[in-house]
Amino acid sequence: MTARTIAADQSVEFYNLDEHPHPEGHSTMLGFWIYLMSDCLIFAILFACYAVLGGNYAAGPAPKDLFDLKLIALNTAMLLFSSITYGFAVLQMQRGRVKGTQIWLAVTGLFGLAFLGIELYEFHHLIEIGATPQRSAFLSAFFTLVGTHGLHVTFGIIWLVTLMVQLGKHGLGAANRRRVMCLSMFWHFLDVVWIGVFTIVYLMGVLR
Amino acid sequence: MSADPSDHAAHGHHEIEMPHASMRDYAIGFVLSVILTAIPFWLVMERPLGAAATATIIMILAMVQIVVHMVFFLHMTPKAEGGWSLTSLLFTVIVVVIMLAGSLWVMHHLNTNMMPPMHDTSQLP
Amino acid sequence: MTPHPAPEAGPFLGKLSLNALPLHEPILIFTFLGVAVGGLVVLALITRYRLWGYLWTEWFTTVDHKRIGIMYMILGLVMFLRGFADAIMMRLQQAMAFGGSEGYLPAHHYDQVFTAHGVIMIFFVAMPFITGLMNYIVPLQIGARDVSFPFLNNFSFWMTTSGAVLTMISLFVGEYAQTGWLAYPPLSGIAYSPNVGVDYYIWGLQIAGVGTTLSGINLIVTILKLRAPGMGLMKMPVFTWTSLCSNILIVASFPILTATLALLTLDRYVGTNFFTNDLGGSPMMYVNLIWIWGHPEVYILVLPLFGVYSEVTSTFSGKKLFGYTSMVYATVCITILSYIVWLHHFFTMGSGASVNSFFGITTMVISIPTGAKLFNWLFTMYRGRIRFELPMMWTIAFMLTFVVGGMTGVLLAVPPADFVLHNSLFLIAHFHNVIIGGVLFGLFAAINYWWPKAFGFKLDVFWGKISFWCWVVGFWLAFMPLYILGLMGVTRRMRVFDDPSLQIWFVIAAIGAAVIAVGIAAMLIQFGVSIWRRKELADESGDPWGGRTLEWATSSPPPDYNFAFTPVIHDLDAWHDMKRRGHRRPVGGFRDIHMPSNTGAGIILAGFSLVLGFALVWHIWWLAAVSFAATIVGAIYHSFNYKRDFDIPAATVAAVEDARTRQLAAGA
Repeated sequence: MTARTIAADQSVEFYNLDEHPHPEGHSTMLGFWIYLMSDCLIFAILFACYAVLGGNYAAGPAPKDLFDLKLIALNTAMLLFSSITYGFAVLQMQRGRVKGTQIWLAVTGLFGLAFLGIELYEFHHLIEIGATPQRSAFLSAFFTLVGTHGLHVTFGIIWLVTLMVQLGKHGLGAANRRRVMCLSMFWHFLDVVWIGVFTIVYLMGVLR
Repeated sequence: MSADPSDHAAHGHHEIEMPHASMRDYAIGFVLSVILTAIPFWLVMERPLGAAATATIIMILAMVQIVVHMVFFLHMTPKAEGGWSLTSLLFTVIVVVIMLAGSLWVMHHLNTNMMPPMHDTSQLP
Repeated sequence: MTPHPAPEAGPFLGKLSLNALPLHEPILIFTFLGVAVGGLVVLALITRYRLWGYLWTEWFTTVDHKRIGIMYMILGLVMFLRGFADAIMMRLQQAMAFGGSEGYLPAHHYDQVFTAHGVIMIFFVAMPFITGLMNYIVPLQIGARDVSFPFLNNFSFWMTTSGAVLTMISLFVGEYAQTGWLAYPPLSGIAYSPNVGVDYYIWGLQIAGVGTTLSGINLIVTILKLRAPGMGLMKMPVFTWTSLCSNILIVASFPILTATLALLTLDRYVGTNFFTNDLGGSPMMYVNLIWIWGHPEVYILVLPLFGVYSEVTSTFSGKKLFGYTSMVYATVCITILSYIVWLHHFFTMGSGASVNSFFGITTMVISIPTGAKLFNWLFTMYRGRIRFELPMMWTIAFMLTFVVGGMTGVLLAVPPADFVLHNSLFLIAHFHNVIIGGVLFGLFAAINYWWPKAFGFKLDVFWGKISFWCWVVGFWLAFMPLYILGLMGVTRRMRVFDDPSLQIWFVIAAIGAAVIAVGIAAMLIQFGVSIWRRKELADESGDPWGGRTLEWATSSPPPDYNFAFTPVIHDLDAWHDMKRRGHRRPVGGFRDIHMPSNTGAGIILAGFSLVLGFALVWHIWWLAAVSFAATIVGAIYHSFNYKRDFDIPAATVAAVEDARTRQLAAGA
C-alpha cells in the first residue's frame, strides 16, 4: 500500500490517485465562446460609432438616398438560409455522416458567398455614385461596420473550406466535431450581429 | 431527431459535453426568425405606422430575434458549460449597454456644448 | 529641429529610405552602437556555447506555462530598462531647460521620448509582467498541469514580443509617435502626424493586443475549467481571484482598444472621417472610446498585484487572510465599477454638470472597495507574527505609498478640482504614485516571493534591501516635487520652462530618478549575486516561506507536469490545511501524464505578423500582402496538425518523484 494518502487525524483524501485526464479540448467550446464575446465588443464599438456619428452627413447623401431595402432583404434572406443549412450540417454530423456534413457546409458556403456578392455589389454601387467611405463620418461608420461584418463572413468561408478538407481527411473524430461546433457558433454569431446591422443601420436609417 | 446512440458509445465516456441540436430546434428557430425579419422590413417598406411606433417595434423585434437565435441556433441554456456561457454573455451585454448608452450620453453632451451647428449661423451672436 | 516632410512612397520599399535612419541624432547613433555591440556579443556568446538549439527546443517553442511565464518576465524587464532610460532622459531635460537653455533634447526627440515612455511602461512592461506572473502562478495555485490552451499561450507571448520589437525598431528606423501615450486625434491624424511615428504606435499595439486578448481568454478558461477537485469558487486563492477578474477586464476591454485604433488606422490609411475635424468626424469620440478601454486597463494592471499583497500579507503574518469573502466581493465590485468611471479622464472636455457629477461620484465610489481591501490587509497583520522578509517589506511600502496615491486620486475625482489640476504634473504624480506604489512594488514583492518557486533558490537579502530603500526613497524624492509643481500650475509634457523659481523642484525630481536608478541597478545586482550564490540560497523544501497555497505543495522548480497527482482541496488555504492535517505525499502508483507538445508555430506566425506590421508602417504593400497571406496560410497549415500532445511515461514520473522524495528526506 504505497500510495495511500489518508491523513493521520481524519480519513481525508488529499490527492486524486485515480484520476482520468480531462478529455482533450474540453475547454475549447467555452474558450471560443469567450472569444466571440470579445469580438462582440469590437462590433459594439462600431455600432457606438455609427450611433454617434451616423447623423453627420456633412451635406452629403443620407441613408434615405442610398439604401435599397429590397436588396438588403435579399441579403438577409441569404444569411438566414445559410444559418439553417449550417444547422443541417450539424445534424448530419450528429448522425456521423461525413459526406452529408460536407455537402451542407458547402451549401452554407454558397449562401455566404451570395451574401458577400450582394454586399460587394452594394458597396460598388455606392462608391460609383460618390458615396465613398471618405465622403462623411456617416459613410465612414457605415462602410466600416458593414464591412467588418463582411470581413468576418469572408473569414468564416475560408474556415469553412478548410474544415471541409479536414473532414475529408480525418472524418468526424472528436477534434473535428469540436471544430464543426465552433464554426457553428461563429456563423450563428455573425447572424446575430447582422440582425443588429439590418435593424439599426438599414431600417432605422431609412426611417430617420 | 436524436443522434444514433451507437455513435456515442463509439467515442467512449471521455466524450466532451457538446450542445445537442435537433431538427425541431432549427425548424422553430428558422420559422421564427423569418417572421421576425419579415415584419420589420414590411413595416419600414410599407409604413403602416408612424416613424416613432415603427422604430420602437423594429427595435423590440430585433431584440426578440437575437434571443431566438441565441436559444435555437446557438443552443444557449443556463446550464451550458456550467453556466459560464450565459454568465459571460450577460456580462458582455452589461458592458455593451454601458458603453453604448454612456457614449451616446457623453457625446450628446459634448456635441451640444462644444460643437455649435456649423451651418446654422442664426444662433450665433 | 523640424520633422522631415513625408517622403514619397516608392513601389518597392514604400516610404522607407536611407533618410529614415536617424543619422543626424548623436544620442540615437550612440544608443544604436551600444545596442548593436551588446546584441552582437549576446548572439556571439549564444553561438559560442551552442545554445541556439537549446533555446529553440526548450524555450522558444515551449508550451509550458512556467517557461512562458518566465519569458514574459524577461520581456518585461528588458523593456523596463528601455522605458526607464526614457524617464531619466525626461527628468534630465526638464531639470536643465531653464533660463533660456533649451536643454539637450530637441523637441522632435523629446516628444517621442515621453510618448515611448508611457506606451512602453504600460504595454510592454506592466502588461508582460502581470501576464507572466499570472501565467506562472495561476495554474500552480489551482492545481492544474498547464493552461487550457498551451499553444495559444506560446503564440500570445510571441505576439506581445513582436509588438515590443516593432516598437523598438522605431528607435532606429524612422521615428516614434510624438503624440503622448494615447495618441489623441486630430494630432495623431494624418494631417498633423504625416510620418510613420503614429503608424509604429498603432501596429505595435495592435500586434501586442492580439496576444494580450488571447492570453486573457486562455487564463479565464483555465481558471474556470481546470481547478483541482474541491476548489469551489470561494475556495480559490485570492491571487487566482484577482487574476480572474483582471483577465475578464482584459477580454472585455482590449477589443475596445483594438477597434478604436483600427478606426484611427482607417482615418490615416484610407482617409475616412471618424476622428477628423472635417466632414462630420469627431476627435472627441476617440477620447471617449479610448478611455472606455483605458480605465479598466488601470485595474487590469493593479488587481493581480492586490492578489499578491493578499498572499504575501497572509503568509508573512502567519494568519489566514482577514475577510476573504469581502476581498472577493471588493474585487468583483471594482471589476464592474471600472466600466463606469471613464469620463473622469476628460472632465474638462465640456460635458455638462450632470455627466461630470455622475462620473465624479462613481469614481469616488470605486475607492470604497479599494479601501476595504486595505483594511483587510491591516487586520490580517494585526496580532500576526509578522516576518519582515523582502516581499513583506515591499507590501508595507505599497500600503503607505498607495494610500497617498489613492487619496490624490479622489481629489482629482472632484470635477471642479480637476479643472485646476487636469493635465498638470499633479496628475503625473498621482498616477505614478499608484502605478509605481501599486503595480511595481507589487511586482517586486511577487518576484521576491515566488523567485524561489521558479528557480529553487531565494533572492539575496542584502542587495534586495538596498534596492528596496533606494526605490522607496527615490520614488518619494522624484514624485513629491511633481505634486507641488502641479499645484502651482505646471502642465505635463513641457520641454522648456521660463520661470526659474521652478527649477529647484525639477532638480530634486531628477535626483529622485537617479536614486531609483541605483535601486534598479541594485535589483539587477541582486539577481546576479543570487544566481552566483544559488547553492547557499538553495531551498530544498519547495516551501521556503511557510506558504499557504497550492503552489508551495510541489517542488521548486516544479516538474513539467506540476503535480504527479492532482491535489484534492478541502480548505481555502489548501497547502496550509494539508500540512496541518499531516498529509502524506504519494510516493508510488504513478501513471502516465498527458501533456501538450512543443511547437514552433507560435513564434513563426508572430514573426510573420511582425513583418506585416513593419510593411504596413512603411507602406510596403507587396510585403504586407505576402506576410498577411503567410500568416493566414501558416495558421491554416497549423490547424492540420492533429497530434498535439504526448504522454510522459509513468517511469519518468516515478524517477522525478523519487528524486524529489530523496531531496525531501535529505532536507528533513
